Amino acid sequence: MSTENSTSPQAPAAPANDSRKKAPAGERVADWADGRLGIYSLAKANMRKIFPDHWSFMLGEICLYSFIIIILTGVYLTLFFHPSMNEVEYHGSYVPLQGQLMSEAFNSTMHISFDVRGGLLIRQIHHWAALIFLAGMFVHMMRVFFTGAFRKPREVNWLFGFLLFVLGMFTGFTGYSLPDDLLSGTGVRFMQGAILSVPIVGTYLSMFLFGGEFPGGDFVARFYSVHILLLPGIMLGLVVAHLILVFYHKHTQFAGPGKSNKNVVGMPLLPVYMAKAGGFFFLVFGVIAAIAAIASINPIWALGPYRPDQVSTGAQPDWYMGFAEGLIRVMPGWEINIWGHTLVLGVMIPLAVFPLVLVAIAVYPFIESWVTGDKREHHILDRPRNAPTRTGFGVAWITAYMVMLVGGGNDLWATHFHLSLNAITWFVRIFFFVGPVIAFIVTKRICLGLQRRDKEKVLHGRESGIIKRLPHGEFIEVHEPLDSEQLHTLTAHEQYKPLEIGPTVDENGVQRKVKGSQKLRAKLSKSMYGEDSQIPKPTTEEYKEITSGHGHH
Amino acid sequence: MKKLSARRRHPLAAVVVLLLALAATGGLYAVFAPADKAQADETAQSLAIDEGKKLYAVGCSSCHGTGGQGSSDGPSLVGVGAAAVDFQVGTGRMPLQQQGAQAPKKKVIYNQAQIDQLAAYVASLGAGPNVPTKKQVSPEGADIAKGGELFRTNCAQCHNFTGEGGALTHGKFAPSLEGVSPKHIYEAMQTGPQNMPSFPDTTMPEKSKKDIIAYLDAVNGEKTESPGGLKLGGLGPVSEGLFAWIFGLGALIAVAVWVAARTAKAKKS
Amino acid sequence: MSGQDNPEENLPSAQETEHGSVAVAGHADTDPFADPGLPPHAHRVQDIDEKAARRSERTVALLFTISMLATVGFIASFVAFPVDKSVFIWPIGHISALNFALGMTLGVALFCIGAGAVHWARTLMSDVEVADERHPIEAEPEVKAKVMADFAAGAKESQLGRRKLIRNTMFGALAMVPLSGVVLLRDLGPLPEDKLRHTLWSKGKLLVNMNTNEPLRPSDVQVGSLTFAKPEGLEEHDHDFQTQIAKAALMIVRIQPDNIKDKRELEWSHEGVVAYSKICTHVGCPISLYEQQTHHVLCPCHQSTFDLSDGARVIFGPAGHALPQLRIGVNEEGYLQALGDFEEPVGPAFWERG
Repeated sequence: MSTENSTSPQAPAAPANDSRKKAPAGERVADWADGRLGIYSLAKANMRKIFPDHWSFMLGEICLYSFIIIILTGVYLTLFFHPSMNEVEYHGSYVPLQGQLMSEAFNSTMHISFDVRGGLLIRQIHHWAALIFLAGMFVHMMRVFFTGAFRKPREVNWLFGFLLFVLGMFTGFTGYSLPDDLLSGTGVRFMQGAILSVPIVGTYLSMFLFGGEFPGGDFVARFYSVHILLLPGIMLGLVVAHLILVFYHKHTQFAGPGKSNKNVVGMPLLPVYMAKAGGFFFLVFGVIAAIAAIASINPIWALGPYRPDQVSTGAQPDWYMGFAEGLIRVMPGWEINIWGHTLVLGVMIPLAVFPLVLVAIAVYPFIESWVTGDKREHHILDRPRNAPTRTGFGVAWITAYMVMLVGGGNDLWATHFHLSLNAITWFVRIFFFVGPVIAFIVTKRICLGLQRRDKEKVLHGRESGIIKRLPHGEFIEVHEPLDSEQLHTLTAHEQYKPLEIGPTVDENGVQRKVKGSQKLRAKLSKSMYGEDSQIPKPTTEEYKEITSGHGHH
Repeated sequence: MKKLSARRRHPLAAVVVLLLALAATGGLYAVFAPADKAQADETAQSLAIDEGKKLYAVGCSSCHGTGGQGSSDGPSLVGVGAAAVDFQVGTGRMPLQQQGAQAPKKKVIYNQAQIDQLAAYVASLGAGPNVPTKKQVSPEGADIAKGGELFRTNCAQCHNFTGEGGALTHGKFAPSLEGVSPKHIYEAMQTGPQNMPSFPDTTMPEKSKKDIIAYLDAVNGEKTESPGGLKLGGLGPVSEGLFAWIFGLGALIAVAVWVAARTAKAKKS
Repeated sequence: MSGQDNPEENLPSAQETEHGSVAVAGHADTDPFADPGLPPHAHRVQDIDEKAARRSERTVALLFTISMLATVGFIASFVAFPVDKSVFIWPIGHISALNFALGMTLGVALFCIGAGAVHWARTLMSDVEVADERHPIEAEPEVKAKVMADFAAGAKESQLGRRKLIRNTMFGALAMVPLSGVVLLRDLGPLPEDKLRHTLWSKGKLLVNMNTNEPLRPSDVQVGSLTFAKPEGLEEHDHDFQTQIAKAALMIVRIQPDNIKDKRELEWSHEGVVAYSKICTHVGCPISLYEQQTHHVLCPCHQSTFDLSDGARVIFGPAGHALPQLRIGVNEEGYLQALGDFEEPVGPAFWERG
């Protein structure tokens, strides 16, 4: 498409059929397409679309490209994989499993790994790309969060991204279960146990999902259609919608000279971004291919085929499910038996906390916009330090997530750092609650400190490192004033004033009713934008007073 | 023949004859000697027990008691057999350096002869499993795949899929089986050292133990191939996840920084 | 959301909300923090020095050429290396030659295309920064008014609001039709009934050693040893082996009768030989990390710990109840046998478990 498009800007204004000369072939093809698809109007709006340059704006591209890589390699794998649980004897080329009984799913995965040339490479690219896809989405989401890029008009796109992350987790989990090896089978068993814990309908759900008792003979085939069709189909739709919205909203940018809420500064899609983003796809693919050449992933031959009476220590899911694994591991074993029924709190609570923690970060943007009441569009990104409460909340959330990730690998930390398994479990139980609080307070203080430093810099200039001795013997460090670009950049952020409810009794002495929600809103607003939560940015007057006077330091 | 007789008078002939005669005598002795071997062994055995007793008194009795009856600091050794001694002392677990959650593997203090003497003494306290012979522990001729199945049923739950080890409660752990000699693996199964349960011949016959040893040699030996590349410790998704974050995402972010960075500007003149 | 008392005065000063985006340089006298505007474009070496630009051109071309060579290398490796060839590469170890060669050549081929394109973009394509105007996403009031009017007209013409009968029956029909889809899911699996309550064990079934496939005698099981057993008659080749063993797997240990603290456990054992379900009561992992000195058994999945000398009660971790014990005895020939099925469901708890 790019070649046709690239000729169009030079195209004559008159319609092609009127011109005497025959237009070049590329142009004629483009004309043909325009007559049917309207591509010129589309290209007019988008071909020279501006994209700002910043490395953190490319995190989303890492996700997009690894998603494409996963689809490409996944299609290849479906050509060889047999999603069946029929038991067969292994007679492939891997000696330590000769003659062992295994499902066809496992057998065909062994075949891909040992007998199909390049099969192992594609399998490993697929799996590494999946891990990187999820890691990329996590980091991308955090970038969007900490810079406030989720604010109006991008809330919907934030939700699309969040959904992609959640769906990615489940697509990954179903894919990880397909080879029917001893490790993934243990994961599926866990899932079945978790489903059983659901009150009232748990046993029914389990029977329907597995076509009877665990493991039965159906789940690989069922997971297969979910993994290769249902979930990726939804994800593909969401990815397209996500990208359309990115185009439609135009990208956000950091504050800087010449950059405002009304413009977007950067380089045009054609040619710079076409080359950079297109090139980046190949870079991502190249790096993942090299990783797949160097490092082994999910060596199912070492794990062996699944048997429900066998297990290995170190039974963990892939990293993106490690958070759920941690919750399940550190939960105390509470179980209530009443009126002939069992409430399996030890499994149900983690099962409920897992989505709650994820949703907490997803709804934050809506809470923030409710507190600020700000209905304007925001296209200039915040520096994390200038939104201390939001940054603190984000770091607290990551802390909770990471603590649980540690909990999910408690046995490996125990053996590798010579610690007691039980002590780590207790540490995680306590730190899941304490850690985020500490992280919040510390982060907020650091943010305020950085804000103060920015203010110092604006008012007194940059420390130059030059020490000067004054005539009366005093030593001072010379501060260089900032140039106008830096002054603007450091003062471009907005600061909200805390919301006030106002007097609850009006001048006539009549009690004014204040809704509880408004009180809460005022409280939250105070904690987010009150005196303790931001350093007032330097005013013009302050600056002039200091610079006009003796102002050498 | 002619050649030989021609050299009969060679100055070295006598020496050759002497050497031949000596070799013949030695060979004959070797042929007939086994007749007396049992007796010699028995003497050697009682000698070994005596020597072992001395070593025991110095190195072990403070915890296990002077007669191996055990104390508050160490279990009784009556009936543990020579195999247990060979394993515990041969892997350096005994003598213990300090009390802890469990005795870790460390530098071996005694040489094999001394270990044999200690083993002989402890075996004399009460009947127990013997040190296995070379043939018993050799992976040759064993069924590797069957060993794999046995390993996953009996061993992997503590020692991991390929014997990389794993955690137990309160600081105890199942050690890695990498580089552990077949003899010691056999002895560990036979005797159940420390908190490891034993897998005696009555429930896990010699043949099965051999299969397991052969499987371990195949999947975690010196020549084991990891077709996909770096094994990442053989620990599964945790190390894979760390690798994906640090080297996968890390490398991609480094590349992204390069892609987005400003190109160097020409110096203003 | 609740904009009625939206404190406009609390929003940051309106300086940025007025149109007319880029401030012009020179304002600095009045406002030191004013936007000085886009900095002037500085040239790269390649923009002014054709020699440097040529160098860049050659670098890009070189990268694309390396990519071509790597693709040739990929095809050559595919043909040359047998799929089972192993090679030692320091520091990675013994690895598949084919996988390494294919992955590295593919990686280089792809990476060099990307590196070439990016180098081209960074050094030769224009790097003049351009500003593009943004336009508010919200529609103008006139547009909105037109849409609302159109909608109202359409709705009125449909008479949906007036003819309640049509509206109600249509909603009813639309609400009901998905039920067919739900009903269709019914045959995904059987009803639970009491399937989770029964295992293959029954009175008289011998305990068969998983290692040897032979029935066990009490004398086989020594103190401190660990043995796994399955019910007599269940073979690995059976079509429902996986489903049956998922419930019937048994863990057998022997504890000195004096050391057994739980009375029922002692009663259900045979001379200290006790048989417990191998399936964890938390979420069903095969639990079996048996510490023979403490008699504790740990689950490798979520670290539930049970005390086998005390009725297998939970002493740590997320499991909610003890492991079910199988009552065993000895038959006339001296083999260990079950004296019935488990008295409670094995494995994870569920709503109907009670």
